[in-house]
Amino acid sequence: MSEAARPSPLAGSHSYVGRTLPRLAAKAAVAGRGRYTDDVSVPRMLQAAFLRSPYAHARILSIETAAAERAPGIALVMTGPELAKLCTGPWVGTLSSFAGMKSAPQYPMAVDRACWAGEPVAMVVAATRAQAEDAAELIRIEWQELPAIADKRTALERHAPVLHAELGDNLAFRKSIEAGDVEAAFAGADLVIEENFEFGRHTGVSLEPRALLAAYDKATGKLTIITSSQCPHMIQRVFAQTLGIPDHNVQIVAPDVGGSFGLKIHSYGDEVAAVAAAIQLGRPVKFIADRLESFVSDIHARENSVKARIAVKRSGEILGFDIDVLSAAGAYSQYPRTSVFEANQILTITGGPYRHKHYRARASVVYLNKPPSSQYRAVGHPIGNAIGEHLLDRAADRLGIDPIEMRRRNVFPDDAYPAVSASGIKLKDLSHQRCLDLIVERMRYGELRAEQSRWRQQGVERGIGIAAFIKGTSPGPLGYYGSGGAPISLQDACVIKLEPNGGIICAVGVTEQGQGTNTMVGQVAATALGVPIECVRVISGDTDAVPYGGGTFGSRAAAIGGEAVYQAARALKGEILAIAGELLQTEPSRLEIRAGIVVDAAGERRLPLAEIGRICHFQLGELPSSRQPVLSHTRRFRLVEDLYIFANGVHGAYVEVDTDTGFVRLLKHWVVEDCGRLINPLLADEQVRGGCVQGIGGALYEHLVYDGQGQLTNGTLADYLVPMAAEMPDIDVAHVETPSSASELGAKGVGESGTGAAPAAIMNAVNDALRPFNARVTSQPITPETVLRALGKI
Amino acid sequence: MSEETMPISLTVNGENVSRNVPVRQHLVDFLRTELGLTGTHLGCEHGSCGACSLRVDGLLVRGCLMLAVQTDGGEVVTIEGLDATGEIADLQAAFVERNALQCGFCTPGMLMAAAELMRAGGRKTRAEIRTHLAGNFCRCTGYHAIVDAVAVTLDRRANGGSNRV
Repeated sequence: MSEAARPSPLAGSHSYVGRTLPRLAAKAAVAGRGRYTDDVSVPRMLQAAFLRSPYAHARILSIETAAAERAPGIALVMTGPELAKLCTGPWVGTLSSFAGMKSAPQYPMAVDRACWAGEPVAMVVAATRAQAEDAAELIRIEWQELPAIADKRTALERHAPVLHAELGDNLAFRKSIEAGDVEAAFAGADLVIEENFEFGRHTGVSLEPRALLAAYDKATGKLTIITSSQCPHMIQRVFAQTLGIPDHNVQIVAPDVGGSFGLKIHSYGDEVAAVAAAIQLGRPVKFIADRLESFVSDIHARENSVKARIAVKRSGEILGFDIDVLSAAGAYSQYPRTSVFEANQILTITGGPYRHKHYRARASVVYLNKPPSSQYRAVGHPIGNAIGEHLLDRAADRLGIDPIEMRRRNVFPDDAYPAVSASGIKLKDLSHQRCLDLIVERMRYGELRAEQSRWRQQGVERGIGIAAFIKGTSPGPLGYYGSGGAPISLQDACVIKLEPNGGIICAVGVTEQGQGTNTMVGQVAATALGVPIECVRVISGDTDAVPYGGGTFGSRAAAIGGEAVYQAARALKGEILAIAGELLQTEPSRLEIRAGIVVDAAGERRLPLAEIGRICHFQLGELPSSRQPVLSHTRRFRLVEDLYIFANGVHGAYVEVDTDTGFVRLLKHWVVEDCGRLINPLLADEQVRGGCVQGIGGALYEHLVYDGQGQLTNGTLADYLVPMAAEMPDIDVAHVETPSSASELGAKGVGESGTGAAPAAIMNAVNDALRPFNARVTSQPITPETVLRALGKI
Repeated sequence: MSEETMPISLTVNGENVSRNVPVRQHLVDFLRTELGLTGTHLGCEHGSCGACSLRVDGLLVRGCLMLAVQTDGGEVVTIEGLDATGEIADLQAAFVERNALQCGFCTPGMLMAAAELMRAGGRKTRAEIRTHLAGNFCRCTGYHAIVDAVAVTLDRRANGGSNRV
């Protein structure tokens, strides 16, 4: 019997899959023994600091570095042109999968022109960070300020200044989708609702900023980079290609990563500069971004204006959506993932839960003199969900249909899959109907509506918001990255080995940032093999130790990496049982592994894995001469046909709006989520909760406020507001479990769904509270000022 | 900028420490670079995020807003010290059990802040716990699990439970 023919171990009584287990790394963190990049110090280490452009757009007429070079402790001062000479060429952040997109060449530090306030211009490397910063202040630059393109609404006007002359205009990319007969659908609709939406610019704000420590061994040509990264192999190739070093001589180690949320899947010029310094000096160089540097150099996201309309029948049936997106990139399209994904995802997922047939979606992405924008947790989904769900609620309100009922009438039925959305995406294994049923139960929806009315009679304005969603997770290789020319692997892999003592080493290409990837891997491996989880050690985040993989982004670690682990463990189990069969003179098909011991059909313990490990490594004479044990198996997994594995769910928000102050108080939030097979319920719940709060932050607080000159006006954590404990609600999380048919493990991504849908639910809840005033908010963040303006009070 | 230094003597986690420190060096840089106590983290160096929370002379402080020289003659306790004495062993175990941390970068500061509540004793409502922790930014958890872990630990202690695990 082949391993594939055996019954799945996932649902068995010995399975670790579906069980809540604590994370080993958590024990170190609570003791203060986490090991983040800045915790690593090595002999002769130097520190880098950067002089960054104070202007959003300015020509560099001259740079004078002599005084800085004479400052105490200085090892190196490097300017943009000097660094450019060390690079094989500029980055160009385009992908062939986005037809017609264009971007200007970008060097790691500005060469003759700075294109955003915060762009690195010169680097100082010194014995201490303080000395490096002191010396950076001594660099004299003669600037010629140029007109800044700071407002996306005017960036495409005929006489607007052009950021990169060679591109002809400020347009990065334009895309449209047209399905069905949109004009006829809107002309024939009983009701059309049209609205304009604004979404503010955000950034990821990982608590640990970007961090890197590079060391170059001139004797061997090996470059070692310890860095807070989600994607070690991608960044290996980026550093190698940019600096002309063979990929295989570059080792990337990601130690503990102090939050990432997508901002650490990208490549950054200051990091290339620090690595170049380490190579040039032959000494280790560390660069740790400070908080202001993070605000002005980490990728930005979410800045979009959307004009949208919905066409519905009197019955509530949605006929179609028509959306027009204006998306604000930064000064360059981010290399190599581009700055057009957000717009692309808005087009892909808006109205995604629903069966309408007519769909028009257009997007223009424009360049601005701001930091580059790119993928950040839930890419595009917060915007697409917010506009789709808002329009649905508006239509429901006009038609006198309850928001839950409106969604029930329009979602794809649970038995309708596979299906194709109006935007053209393939949908499988979703569960909107069951999720709606469950959220009604969890929220006690009927009672909550009654409570809301009672409060309303007392002059307290409370609102209930519902948002159904789909979330694209675990992108496949036929999608945008690898096939578009980016050095990003959409497969992932696991190498699993049996050690002489019976222990299992499991090395994976997906990475850990605290969500519990390593624990998930251990649970899947132990289950597939039939060993106690304590016997499994997981290695991730080191390109010298793990098979080539894409790392963790796009909610892919469990669905893609987990399946590779499952298949690798099954292969190892097959070999172990074949060897056991030879040693026991028994058919392998009559054997099974339970708790690390080979047992026979009667359940009798026959041979511990430790014994097999010992024989296969030390006592090989006990084996038949034809048997050469391998005991190390690699399996890779990728999506073969699909662009994504879609997850789905519903959010519910309950808020109170103070109509005198405009403050929104969050009372409670509910999520019903279908992320396929649950591997570790607690870890999945906490991904949902954390993701929700990140979405709530965007909905209510977070906003990078730029002035007309392209200057960030709130670059501190006292001014850029993030959600803190006191404002956040408790979040009730429940699951519907529809395993993905794309894999045997059946997992879908879970990490981004909370962020993707919470802003829609919050905005709907605020508008539900404002309904008696015939007021509504359609811009995020929904600040007190936004609310008071909506109420006409200011 | 000045590289002027000043000698200081203090206790850190109960151990006597004497160093000559740059007068402009803040307490966290001193602890991390001079003493290798890397459990205390820097998230903003602006007093906003709470990642650098420490106990100095019995009070909860922002380590990034205090100069090392200000601790001359004082007593500093870091997360490593709290861990060693077992003062919040029950809370640490509750954090692990409840998964009240993900990336863990805020966790030492969060525990330092929560330790103040533990010392005050008694039960607290969830809202009171949230208010007490309102100065500590966590980007990963959404706070719910942290509140759970603190609440359950306060309850256990109020019911006569030991901080030992």
